[in-house]
Amino acid sequence: MIPSSFEYASPNSLSEAIDLLAGRGAEAKVIAGGQSLIPLMKLRLASPSLLVDISRLPGLNRVEESRDLLRIGALTRMADIEASILIRERYHALHDASEVIGDPLVRNLGTLGGNVSHGDPNNDMPAVMLALGAEFVAVGPKGERAIKAQDFFLDTFTVALSHDEILTEIHVPRARTGSGGCYLKLEQKVADFATAGVAVQVRLAKGGEVGDIGVGLTAVGPTAIKARKAEDWMRGKMPTDGAAVQELSRLAAEESDPSTDLRGTSSYKKQVVALLVSRALRRAWEKAGGAP
Amino acid sequence: MAGRIPISVTVNGVRREAEVEPRLLLVHFIREDLGLTGTHVGCDTSNCSACAVLMDGKVVKACTVLAVQADGRKILTVEGLAKGNRLHPVQEAFLSKHGLQCGFCTPGMLMSAYALLQVNRHPTEDEIRKGISGNICRCTGYAQIVESVQQAARSKRW
Repeated sequence: MIPSSFEYASPNSLSEAIDLLAGRGAEAKVIAGGQSLIPLMKLRLASPSLLVDISRLPGLNRVEESRDLLRIGALTRMADIEASILIRERYHALHDASEVIGDPLVRNLGTLGGNVSHGDPNNDMPAVMLALGAEFVAVGPKGERAIKAQDFFLDTFTVALSHDEILTEIHVPRARTGSGGCYLKLEQKVADFATAGVAVQVRLAKGGEVGDIGVGLTAVGPTAIKARKAEDWMRGKMPTDGAAVQELSRLAAEESDPSTDLRGTSSYKKQVVALLVSRALRRAWEKAGGAP
Repeated sequence: MAGRIPISVTVNGVRREAEVEPRLLLVHFIREDLGLTGTHVGCDTSNCSACAVLMDGKVVKACTVLAVQADGRKILTVEGLAKGNRLHPVQEAFLSKHGLQCGFCTPGMLMSAYALLQVNRHPTEDEIRKGISGNICRCTGYAQIVESVQQAARSKRW
């Protein structure tokens, strides 16, 4: 299987890349790791007339923690996130997801920026970004802007980037003492899309109750879903309160909107969501320093 | 920008120059332009990794990389493992443990096993299974493939 013909450019700077995109309109596509785009192009589900390859642009693959933020360059490969000790020790949901995306070969090339800006509801990182309350930095002809993860995933394969904007950096609020996270995914086989996936990020208050919580869902709707009702319910509740956790799970399942397909029926997937939410909360709570 | 693009790729230690269409996949460049047919095309849909090669030391699917993206990079294919007539320890182990049935997935398995052992010389069975989890063997002969990688890890001949 061979993609349709296209022109290819490998610009030397971000501004050159943006000029190329702006000059071509929606016919142009950004390519980085290519692990989502090239398979679609081989199937001719995507046939851009111009590919702007940003994978060689310098400075976009750094992982740095500052006073308030974890900053991850958009070109950071999944394998580099997986190998990062900082992320493994402090940003658990991000680490968990980096281990289960695609397969090892895909993770060697696939980038975090690509995983989120592709806009596929089956991709794992969008749910993690929603749970973490991440922000995306995009650069376009008019300069730079930040977009909250909750405002970013508009529809299937549609995100809040215009055709001439490039995602450059992902900002995650700095992990505080008493915070922990987890990403869990049910998949039938390696590299298949998830039957369902769940990201939970929790910060415990002084009394051990939930100070803040983020819940993101993968592959159970037209986009990754932020389970707001579930989050609102759980604030102030004890993670050890079985009835409260059961209601959290029920609300998250209610907020999911899965379709019936070969991976299961809609009602089955809702049950998977409920189960994974309670398990992920338990693990996130343990990581946050709650007694195991 | 239109038309063919010059590339220079070092394949198995030899610098190869070519002018390629942007849509040419790395696997087709390797097989058809360079005649190195040890790298197989299995599924053609980025699932099976029979086409696995190393690019700058990392194992990748050659069917999911454009040849133009390999410009300036180092590629290692299965043909680059042996030294002359002397098989690489990973190849020897697959031979002696019979880590194959039909053999179609074997070049990709060898490259994933090689890449794993480059960064982890003493993998556990679980780490081996994770390391080859992107490579599909349609004969499902995974048990002997895992044993082959274990034997390769024990080899003193690296």
